[in-house]
Amino acid sequence: MSKRIEVNDLNVYYSKFLAVEGVSLTIEPRTVTALIGPSGCGKSTFLRTLNRMHEVIPGAYVKGEVLIDGNNLYGPGVDPVLVRRQVGMVFQRPNPFPTMSIGDNVLAGVKLNNRRMAKSDADDLIEKSLRGANLWNEVKDRLDKPGSSLSGGQQQRLCIARAIAVQPDVILMDEPCSALDPISTLAIEDLIEEMKADYTIVIVTHNMQQASRVSDRTGFFNIAGTGKPGRLIEYSDTTTIFSNPSIQATEDYVSGRFG
Amino acid sequence: MTTIVARDTIRAPQRAGDRIFSTATVVAGSLILAVLAAVAAFLLVQSLPAFVATPADFKGDAANFWAYVWPLAFGTLWSALLALLIAIPLAIGIALFISHYAPRKLAQGLGYIIDLLAAVPSVVFGLWGIGVLAPLLQPFYTSLVEWFGWIPLFAGPVSGTGRTILTVSIVLAVMVLPIITAICREIFLQTPVLYEEASLALGATRWEMIAMAVLPFGRSGIISASMLGLGRALGETMAVAMVLSPSPQVIFALLTSQNPTTIAANIALNFPEAHGTGVNILLATGLVLFVITLAVNMVARVIINRRKAFSGAN
Repeated sequence: MSKRIEVNDLNVYYSKFLAVEGVSLTIEPRTVTALIGPSGCGKSTFLRTLNRMHEVIPGAYVKGEVLIDGNNLYGPGVDPVLVRRQVGMVFQRPNPFPTMSIGDNVLAGVKLNNRRMAKSDADDLIEKSLRGANLWNEVKDRLDKPGSSLSGGQQQRLCIARAIAVQPDVILMDEPCSALDPISTLAIEDLIEEMKADYTIVIVTHNMQQASRVSDRTGFFNIAGTGKPGRLIEYSDTTTIFSNPSIQATEDYVSGRFG
Repeated sequence: MTTIVARDTIRAPQRAGDRIFSTATVVAGSLILAVLAAVAAFLLVQSLPAFVATPADFKGDAANFWAYVWPLAFGTLWSALLALLIAIPLAIGIALFISHYAPRKLAQGLGYIIDLLAAVPSVVFGLWGIGVLAPLLQPFYTSLVEWFGWIPLFAGPVSGTGRTILTVSIVLAVMVLPIITAICREIFLQTPVLYEEASLALGATRWEMIAMAVLPFGRSGIISASMLGLGRALGETMAVAMVLSPSPQVIFALLTSQNPTTIAANIALNFPEAHGTGVNILLATGLVLFVITLAVNMVARVIINRRKAFSGAN
């Protein structure tokens, strides 16, 4: 299921404004890659280009290519809708649909492809996905309750269950723990560790301990100043980035001597 | 002991601004209740003679008040229902177009035009119904009866003027369209980006995103908007009075020259020449309209509350 991502010389624009410049990197399957860097340096923007979610913002477009197992996401005739079914996403704020039950939330993405699903298949998939997100035991007795009745950490795991229910190749996480308490954060981090066996995961985080705990590879983004484009400064094994980075800016950032 | 506790209870300091503001809101809240109570009391007192009126007091051949008011109540609900059936899907479509499909500049212009429609006086709509819409629709009605006459709704004989309950309902639909559209548009624009992105990230198309996030989130708003529209359709007087020549019966057929009229239109048509108990009877029909509107709104409230936990408000 998991696939390799290759990014070649990617530029991201918001209308005329160049937001991210010249990103090239390769993400191996079944790894966790963390993207770190100061606010506004384009990590989230870059993350969104991996499933074309940046196109939701009017005027945003990219130049360059993103290959998932050799297929260019930005090739002619590629449907962003299909890209997003392949590359799932978890957002900063937990966003289970408040108008749906917990069970329906899990099935939300699956039902887009497959409207008529046998009840038993649906129940199996709900259980499998919720187990995959370490949430099954907490919610199995109240699958018909609204998704908004859960705590923040549970809601975020419900969102992860919803994302893995469609069996994507890649899962993108945009600061998935920044709205959560430390215990819930730990639960998500454990989950990321387990999910690595099946998926390629890319996670944006402001928490450097988190990056060093969960990721195999780390990319450091930075901007030269306001109005300048964000760039990928250094991309390497997580241990290298945090113990022996080759670029001074990276070392300043990870050691807290930034700015 | 208890007295000491009572004395030591800490009271929040009272600020002048707070007090003025809370008094103002209480006054405003009470005022609307008082006005409503006054109208209800007036209607109730004035209606009482109607309930014991003799057959001679009624226009037409009704035996008592209930026989008199029933076709009118039916006509009111029937025309309002038809109007809403036409207006709600159209309003949701327009609102979605403005909020999610149209380019921003076009959306704004369209929004203004819709709001403008709400400011047109109902007499104008009535004249438009008689002068433009009825003649325009008449040939269409004729073929409808010709081909689909076997469906009871479209049973003949077709009206020669086109001034039928369906024409009235279309006029009413145009009249209630702006308010439903305006509210739906606002509601749809309020859909949190959070949920729209959630569905898009799952691989939803634009329409699937709307069906998954926007419409469920706006559900209670759509119902409330429809209720406001229904209120206007139920109470609309001039347009109905001008377009229809009433025959007080319960008729479902949409295209014949025999059409039930509405309570409000009936009051407007008969009030100038009513006297004595006749006035009381007309006011009693007004009371019935009042009760119908109240009941419809309560039903809507129940529908909204039934799935409150899933409304997205928490």
